[in-house]
Amino acid sequence: MAHEGIHTDANDPSNVTNPEHAQHHIVTPLQYTYVFATLLLFTGITVGAAYVDLGWANPVIALGIACFKAVIVILFFMHAAYQSRLIKMTIGAGFFLFIVLITMTLTDYISRAWGMW
Amino acid sequence: MDSALATTDHADVHAEHDHVALPQHRHHFETEEQQREAGSFGMWLFLLTEIMFFGGLFFAYLLYRNWYYPAFAVASNQLSVPLGAFNTAVLITSGFCMAVGVWAAELRRKGLLVLMLVLTTFFGLIFLGVKYDEYHEKYELHHIPGDSFNISMFTNPAGYGIKEEPLAPDMAQKTQIFFFLYFAMTGMHALHMIIGICLLFWLTWRAHRGDFSSGYVAPIENFGLYWHFVDIVWLFLFPLLYLINRHPLH
Repeated sequence: MAHEGIHTDANDPSNVTNPEHAQHHIVTPLQYTYVFATLLLFTGITVGAAYVDLGWANPVIALGIACFKAVIVILFFMHAAYQSRLIKMTIGAGFFLFIVLITMTLTDYISRAWGMW
Repeated sequence: MDSALATTDHADVHAEHDHVALPQHRHHFETEEQQREAGSFGMWLFLLTEIMFFGGLFFAYLLYRNWYYPAFAVASNQLSVPLGAFNTAVLITSGFCMAVGVWAAELRRKGLLVLMLVLTTFFGLIFLGVKYDEYHEKYELHHIPGDSFNISMFTNPAGYGIKEEPLAPDMAQKTQIFFFLYFAMTGMHALHMIIGICLLFWLTWRAHRGDFSSGYVAPIENFGLYWHFVDIVWLFLFPLLYLINRHPLH
Protein backbone atom coordinates (compact mmCIF):
# COMPACT_ATOMS: atom_id res chain seq x y z
CA MET A 1 0.00 0.00 0.00
CA ALA A 2 1.96 2.96 -1.30
CA HIS A 3 -0.47 5.68 -0.30
CA GLU A 4 -0.47 5.28 3.42
CA GLY A 5 0.79 8.79 3.98
CA ILE A 6 -2.27 10.38 2.42
CA HIS A 7 -4.87 9.34 4.93
CA THR A 8 -3.64 9.62 8.44
CA ASP A 9 -7.10 10.55 9.65
CA ALA A 10 -9.62 7.74 9.49
CA ASN A 11 -12.62 10.02 9.58
CA ASP A 12 -11.26 12.05 6.67
CA PRO A 13 -12.76 15.38 7.78
CA SER A 14 -11.10 17.35 4.99
CA ASN A 15 -12.33 14.83 2.43
CA VAL A 16 -8.84 14.07 1.20
CA THR A 17 -9.69 10.45 0.60
CA ASN A 18 -12.83 11.33 -1.26
CA PRO A 19 -13.25 14.98 -2.14
CA GLU A 20 -16.39 14.67 -4.26
CA HIS A 21 -18.72 13.18 -1.69
CA ALA A 22 -19.95 13.76 1.77
CA GLN A 23 -18.09 12.01 4.53
CA HIS A 24 -18.80 8.32 4.89
CA HIS A 25 -20.82 7.72 8.04
CA ILE A 26 -19.22 5.57 10.69
CA VAL A 27 -21.51 4.07 13.32
CA THR A 28 -19.88 4.25 16.75
CA PRO A 29 -19.38 1.34 19.16
CA LEU A 30 -21.64 3.14 21.64
CA GLN A 31 -24.53 2.90 19.18
CA TYR A 32 -23.65 -0.75 18.58
CA THR A 33 -23.73 -1.35 22.34
CA TYR A 34 -27.24 0.14 22.59
CA VAL A 35 -28.40 -2.09 19.73
CA PHE A 36 -26.70 -5.12 21.32
CA ALA A 37 -28.41 -4.47 24.69
CA THR A 38 -31.79 -3.95 23.00
CA LEU A 39 -31.44 -7.22 21.10
CA LEU A 40 -30.60 -9.15 24.28
CA LEU A 41 -33.47 -7.50 26.16
CA PHE A 42 -36.01 -8.39 23.49
CA THR A 43 -34.70 -11.95 23.31
CA GLY A 44 -35.56 -12.19 27.01
CA ILE A 45 -38.98 -10.64 26.41
CA THR A 46 -39.80 -13.02 23.58
CA VAL A 47 -38.94 -16.05 25.77
CA GLY A 48 -40.97 -14.67 28.67
CA ALA A 49 -43.97 -13.85 26.48
CA ALA A 50 -44.01 -17.40 25.09
CA TYR A 51 -44.79 -18.82 28.56
CA VAL A 52 -47.85 -16.59 29.01
CA ASP A 53 -51.05 -17.86 27.43
CA LEU A 54 -52.25 -15.03 25.21
CA GLY A 55 -54.12 -17.16 22.67
CA TRP A 56 -53.85 -15.89 19.12
CA ALA A 57 -51.65 -13.00 20.28
CA ASN A 58 -48.71 -15.30 21.14
CA PRO A 59 -47.42 -15.83 17.58
CA VAL A 60 -48.24 -12.21 16.70
CA ILE A 61 -46.11 -10.92 19.58
CA ALA A 62 -43.30 -13.39 18.80
CA LEU A 63 -43.20 -12.33 15.15
CA GLY A 64 -43.56 -8.64 16.06
CA ILE A 65 -40.52 -8.82 18.36
CA ALA A 66 -38.54 -10.78 15.75
CA CYS A 67 -39.39 -8.13 13.11
CA PHE A 68 -38.40 -5.32 15.47
CA LYS A 69 -35.07 -7.01 16.19
CA ALA A 70 -34.47 -7.61 12.48
CA VAL A 71 -35.21 -3.94 11.69
CA ILE A 72 -32.72 -2.57 14.21
CA VAL A 73 -30.07 -5.05 13.00
CA ILE A 74 -30.68 -3.91 9.40
CA LEU A 75 -30.72 -0.21 10.29
CA PHE A 76 -27.65 -0.09 12.56
CA PHE A 77 -25.52 -3.24 12.38
CA MET A 78 -25.98 -3.29 8.60
CA HIS A 79 -25.82 0.53 8.32
CA ALA A 80 -28.99 0.74 6.21
CA ALA A 81 -30.02 3.92 8.05
CA TYR A 82 -26.95 5.71 6.69
CA GLN A 83 -26.96 4.35 3.13
CA SER A 84 -28.03 6.05 -0.08
CA ARG A 85 -31.62 5.97 -1.28
CA LEU A 86 -30.70 3.41 -3.92
CA ILE A 87 -29.71 0.90 -1.27
CA LYS A 88 -32.66 1.70 1.00
CA MET A 89 -35.00 1.19 -1.95
CA THR A 90 -33.26 -2.08 -2.81
CA ILE A 91 -33.74 -3.44 0.71
CA GLY A 92 -37.36 -2.30 0.78
CA ALA A 93 -38.04 -3.78 -2.66
CA GLY A 94 -36.66 -7.14 -1.53
CA PHE A 95 -38.95 -7.39 1.47
CA PHE A 96 -41.89 -6.10 -0.57
CA LEU A 97 -41.35 -8.81 -3.18
CA PHE A 98 -41.11 -11.39 -0.40
CA ILE A 99 -44.50 -10.27 1.00
CA VAL A 100 -46.03 -10.38 -2.49
CA LEU A 101 -44.81 -13.94 -3.06
CA ILE A 102 -46.07 -15.11 0.35
CA THR A 103 -49.47 -13.46 -0.18
CA MET A 104 -50.00 -14.86 -3.66
CA THR A 105 -48.96 -18.39 -2.69
CA LEU A 106 -51.18 -18.28 0.41
CA THR A 107 -54.06 -17.01 -1.71
CA ASP A 108 -53.71 -20.11 -3.84
CA TYR A 109 -53.66 -22.48 -0.86
CA ILE A 110 -56.59 -20.76 0.87
CA SER A 111 -58.81 -20.61 -2.21
CA ARG A 112 -58.09 -24.06 -3.63
CA ALA A 113 -60.70 -25.80 -1.48
CA TRP A 114 -63.09 -22.84 -1.66
CA GLY A 115 -66.69 -23.86 -1.03
CA MET A 116 -65.74 -27.45 -0.23
CA TRP A 117 -65.92 -27.11 3.54
CA MET B 1 -3.76 -2.39 -8.32
CA ASP B 2 -2.13 -0.18 -10.96
CA SER B 3 -5.35 1.79 -11.28
CA ALA B 4 -4.12 3.91 -8.41
CA LEU B 5 -1.92 5.87 -10.76
CA ALA B 6 -4.41 6.25 -13.58
CA THR B 7 -6.24 9.36 -12.48
CA THR B 8 -3.23 11.50 -11.65
CA ASP B 9 -1.91 11.13 -15.22
CA HIS B 10 -5.09 12.56 -16.68
CA ALA B 11 -5.67 15.22 -14.10
CA ASP B 12 -5.70 17.99 -16.73
CA VAL B 13 -8.33 16.23 -18.85
CA HIS B 14 -10.63 15.32 -15.97
CA ALA B 15 -10.00 18.25 -13.73
CA GLU B 16 -13.50 18.11 -12.27
CA HIS B 17 -12.92 14.49 -11.28
CA ASP B 18 -9.52 15.02 -9.82
CA HIS B 19 -9.13 13.12 -6.61
CA VAL B 20 -6.55 11.29 -4.61
CA ALA B 21 -6.45 7.78 -6.01
CA LEU B 22 -6.31 4.90 -3.56
CA PRO B 23 -4.71 1.54 -4.24
CA GLN B 24 -8.03 -0.26 -3.88
CA HIS B 25 -9.85 2.15 -6.20
CA ARG B 26 -10.59 0.44 -9.53
CA HIS B 27 -10.26 2.70 -12.55
CA HIS B 28 -13.78 2.00 -13.86
CA PHE B 29 -15.31 3.72 -10.86
CA GLU B 30 -15.46 7.51 -10.88
CA THR B 31 -14.89 7.83 -7.15
CA GLU B 32 -14.13 5.56 -4.27
CA GLU B 33 -17.57 6.29 -2.83
CA GLN B 34 -19.19 5.13 -6.07
CA GLN B 35 -17.15 1.93 -5.95
CA ARG B 36 -18.13 1.39 -2.35
CA GLU B 37 -21.81 1.93 -3.04
CA ALA B 38 -21.71 -0.38 -6.05
CA GLY B 39 -20.19 -3.04 -3.80
CA SER B 40 -22.84 -2.59 -1.11
CA PHE B 41 -25.57 -2.61 -3.75
CA GLY B 42 -24.28 -5.90 -5.16
CA MET B 43 -24.07 -7.42 -1.70
CA TRP B 44 -27.64 -6.40 -0.90
CA LEU B 45 -28.87 -7.92 -4.18
CA PHE B 46 -27.22 -11.18 -3.14
CA LEU B 47 -28.89 -10.96 0.28
CA LEU B 48 -32.28 -10.45 -1.42
CA THR B 49 -31.81 -13.80 -3.21
CA GLU B 50 -31.05 -15.23 0.23
CA ILE B 51 -34.31 -13.79 1.58
CA MET B 52 -36.15 -15.57 -1.25
CA PHE B 53 -34.26 -18.80 -0.51
CA PHE B 54 -35.07 -18.85 3.20
CA GLY B 55 -38.49 -17.39 2.38
CA GLY B 56 -39.49 -20.63 0.68
CA LEU B 57 -38.68 -22.55 3.85
CA PHE B 58 -40.53 -20.04 6.02
CA PHE B 59 -43.56 -20.35 3.76
CA ALA B 60 -43.55 -24.13 4.02
CA TYR B 61 -43.37 -23.71 7.79
CA LEU B 62 -46.32 -21.26 7.79
CA LEU B 63 -48.49 -23.61 5.75
CA TYR B 64 -47.75 -26.86 7.60
CA ARG B 65 -47.93 -25.22 10.99
CA ASN B 66 -51.50 -24.19 10.19
CA TRP B 67 -52.42 -27.60 8.80
CA TYR B 68 -50.86 -29.74 11.54
CA TYR B 69 -50.80 -27.36 14.48
CA PRO B 70 -51.16 -30.02 17.27
CA ALA B 71 -48.17 -31.98 15.91
CA PHE B 72 -46.12 -28.79 15.51
CA ALA B 73 -46.88 -27.59 19.04
CA VAL B 74 -45.95 -30.88 20.72
CA ALA B 75 -42.85 -31.44 18.58
CA SER B 76 -41.70 -27.86 19.18
CA ASN B 77 -41.96 -28.40 22.93
CA GLN B 78 -39.31 -31.14 22.69
CA LEU B 79 -36.71 -28.51 21.75
CA SER B 80 -34.73 -26.92 24.57
CA VAL B 81 -35.65 -23.27 25.15
CA PRO B 82 -32.56 -22.60 27.37
CA LEU B 83 -30.25 -23.87 24.62
CA GLY B 84 -32.13 -21.94 21.93
CA ALA B 85 -32.14 -18.71 23.96
CA PHE B 86 -28.47 -19.16 24.84
CA ASN B 87 -27.64 -19.63 21.17
CA THR B 88 -29.64 -16.52 20.27
CA ALA B 89 -27.59 -14.50 22.76
CA VAL B 90 -24.35 -16.06 21.44
CA LEU B 91 -25.26 -15.15 17.88
CA ILE B 92 -26.21 -11.59 18.83
CA THR B 93 -22.85 -11.26 20.61
CA SER B 94 -21.08 -12.58 17.51
CA GLY B 95 -22.92 -9.99 15.39
CA PHE B 96 -21.97 -7.24 17.83
CA CYS B 97 -18.29 -8.22 17.57
CA MET B 98 -18.59 -8.17 13.77
CA ALA B 99 -20.13 -4.68 13.87
CA VAL B 100 -17.32 -3.40 16.11
CA GLY B 101 -14.88 -5.07 13.69
CA VAL B 102 -16.27 -2.98 10.81
CA TRP B 103 -15.80 0.11 12.98
CA ALA B 104 -12.20 -0.90 13.75
CA ALA B 105 -11.52 -1.30 10.01
CA GLU B 106 -12.98 2.16 9.33
CA LEU B 107 -10.62 3.61 11.90
CA ARG B 108 -7.73 1.55 10.50
CA ARG B 109 -7.05 -0.18 13.80
CA LYS B 110 -5.52 -3.45 12.72
CA GLY B 111 -5.14 -5.11 16.13
CA LEU B 112 -8.71 -4.40 17.19
CA LEU B 113 -10.07 -5.58 13.83
CA VAL B 114 -8.20 -8.89 14.09
CA LEU B 115 -9.40 -9.34 17.69
CA MET B 116 -13.02 -8.66 16.73
CA LEU B 117 -12.88 -11.08 13.78
CA VAL B 118 -11.44 -13.77 16.07
CA LEU B 119 -14.23 -13.14 18.62
CA THR B 120 -16.87 -13.25 15.86
CA THR B 121 -15.48 -16.64 14.80
CA PHE B 122 -15.29 -17.84 18.41
CA PHE B 123 -18.96 -17.09 19.14
CA GLY B 124 -19.96 -18.56 15.77
CA LEU B 125 -18.21 -21.81 16.71
CA ILE B 126 -19.92 -21.88 20.13
CA PHE B 127 -23.27 -21.58 18.35
CA LEU B 128 -22.43 -24.51 16.08
CA GLY B 129 -21.25 -26.57 19.07
CA VAL B 130 -24.57 -26.08 20.88
CA LYS B 131 -26.41 -26.86 17.63
CA TYR B 132 -24.44 -30.10 17.31
CA ASP B 133 -25.48 -31.05 20.85
CA GLU B 134 -29.15 -30.38 20.03
CA TYR B 135 -28.94 -32.42 16.80
CA HIS B 136 -27.27 -35.27 18.65
CA GLU B 137 -30.08 -35.38 21.23
CA LYS B 138 -32.65 -35.63 18.40
CA TYR B 139 -30.62 -38.42 16.83
CA GLU B 140 -30.66 -40.39 20.08
CA LEU B 141 -34.42 -39.90 20.49
CA HIS B 142 -35.06 -41.05 16.89
CA HIS B 143 -36.56 -37.68 16.09
CA ILE B 144 -34.80 -37.32 12.75
CA PRO B 145 -37.38 -37.80 9.96
CA GLY B 146 -37.09 -41.01 8.01
CA ASP B 147 -37.25 -44.77 8.51
CA SER B 148 -36.03 -44.74 12.08
CA PHE B 149 -38.36 -41.94 13.22
CA ASN B 150 -40.19 -42.91 16.40
CA ILE B 151 -43.60 -41.40 17.15
CA SER B 152 -44.15 -43.15 20.50
CA MET B 153 -43.18 -40.04 22.50
CA PHE B 154 -46.07 -38.20 20.82
CA THR B 155 -48.69 -40.97 20.97
CA ASN B 156 -47.83 -41.83 24.58
CA PRO B 157 -46.30 -38.73 26.19
CA ALA B 158 -47.19 -39.88 29.72
CA GLY B 159 -44.91 -42.89 29.24
CA TYR B 160 -42.00 -40.51 28.76
CA GLY B 161 -42.95 -38.22 31.62
CA ILE B 162 -44.06 -35.44 29.26
CA LYS B 163 -47.10 -33.36 30.18
CA GLU B 164 -48.73 -33.20 26.76
CA GLU B 165 -52.03 -34.34 25.26
CA PRO B 166 -51.37 -37.62 23.35
CA LEU B 167 -51.70 -37.34 19.58
CA ALA B 168 -53.57 -39.77 17.34
CA PRO B 169 -51.08 -41.87 15.32
CA ASP B 170 -51.79 -40.05 12.04
CA MET B 171 -51.28 -36.62 13.61
CA ALA B 172 -48.23 -37.94 15.48
CA GLN B 173 -46.69 -38.84 12.10
CA LYS B 174 -46.95 -35.17 11.16
CA THR B 175 -44.34 -34.34 13.80
CA GLN B 176 -41.94 -35.61 11.13
CA ILE B 177 -42.87 -32.57 9.04
CA PHE B 178 -42.00 -30.31 11.95
CA PHE B 179 -38.65 -32.01 12.45
CA PHE B 180 -37.99 -32.05 8.72
CA LEU B 181 -38.50 -28.27 8.61
CA TYR B 182 -36.50 -27.88 11.84
CA PHE B 183 -33.52 -29.69 10.36
CA ALA B 184 -33.89 -28.07 6.92
CA MET B 185 -34.12 -24.53 8.30
CA THR B 186 -31.57 -24.73 11.12
CA GLY B 187 -29.37 -26.91 8.88
CA MET B 188 -29.33 -24.36 6.05
CA HIS B 189 -28.73 -21.67 8.66
CA ALA B 190 -25.82 -23.67 10.10
CA LEU B 191 -24.41 -24.23 6.60
CA HIS B 192 -24.43 -20.46 6.09
CA MET B 193 -22.57 -20.08 9.37
CA ILE B 194 -19.98 -22.71 8.39
CA ILE B 195 -19.39 -20.88 5.10
CA GLY B 196 -19.20 -17.61 7.06
CA ILE B 197 -16.64 -19.04 9.48
CA CYS B 198 -14.47 -20.25 6.56
CA LEU B 199 -14.62 -16.71 5.14
CA LEU B 200 -13.79 -15.33 8.60
CA PHE B 201 -10.58 -17.39 8.74
CA TRP B 202 -9.57 -15.95 5.37
CA LEU B 203 -10.52 -12.38 6.33
CA THR B 204 -8.73 -12.65 9.69
CA TRP B 205 -5.57 -13.74 7.88
CA ARG B 206 -5.87 -10.84 5.43
CA ALA B 207 -6.65 -8.38 8.23
CA HIS B 208 -3.58 -9.60 10.11
CA ARG B 209 -1.56 -8.99 6.92
CA GLY B 210 -2.79 -5.37 7.00
CA ASP B 211 -5.10 -5.45 3.97
CA PHE B 212 -7.94 -3.64 5.74
CA SER B 213 -6.11 -1.08 7.85
CA SER B 214 -5.34 1.51 5.19
CA GLY B 215 -8.82 2.65 4.20
CA TYR B 216 -9.96 -0.45 2.29
CA VAL B 217 -12.99 -1.62 4.27
CA ALA B 218 -15.31 -3.09 1.61
CA PRO B 219 -14.60 -6.84 2.16
CA ILE B 220 -15.06 -6.48 5.93
CA GLU B 221 -18.18 -4.37 5.51
CA ASN B 222 -19.77 -6.71 2.96
CA PHE B 223 -18.93 -9.80 4.98
CA GLY B 224 -20.52 -8.01 7.94
CA LEU B 225 -23.73 -7.66 5.91
CA TYR B 226 -23.71 -11.41 5.24
CA TRP B 227 -23.03 -12.28 8.89
CA HIS B 228 -25.81 -9.99 10.15
CA PHE B 229 -28.21 -11.45 7.60
CA VAL B 230 -27.49 -14.93 8.96
CA ASP B 231 -28.19 -13.55 12.46
CA ILE B 232 -31.53 -12.18 11.31
CA VAL B 233 -32.58 -15.58 9.95
CA TRP B 234 -31.93 -17.05 13.39
CA LEU B 235 -33.88 -14.22 15.09
CA PHE B 236 -36.93 -15.58 13.22
CA LEU B 237 -36.08 -19.27 13.52
CA PHE B 238 -35.81 -19.17 17.31
CA PRO B 239 -39.38 -18.03 18.14
CA LEU B 240 -40.93 -19.92 15.23
CA LEU B 241 -39.33 -23.29 16.00
CA TYR B 242 -38.78 -23.20 19.78
CA LEU B 243 -41.67 -21.10 21.10
CA ILE B 244 -44.81 -22.27 19.28
CA ASN B 245 -46.80 -23.20 22.38
CA ARG B 246 -44.93 -23.16 25.66
CA HIS B 247 -47.99 -23.04 27.91
CA PRO B 248 -49.80 -26.30 27.19
CA LEU B 249 -52.59 -27.85 29.23
CA HIS B 250 -53.02 -25.18 31.87
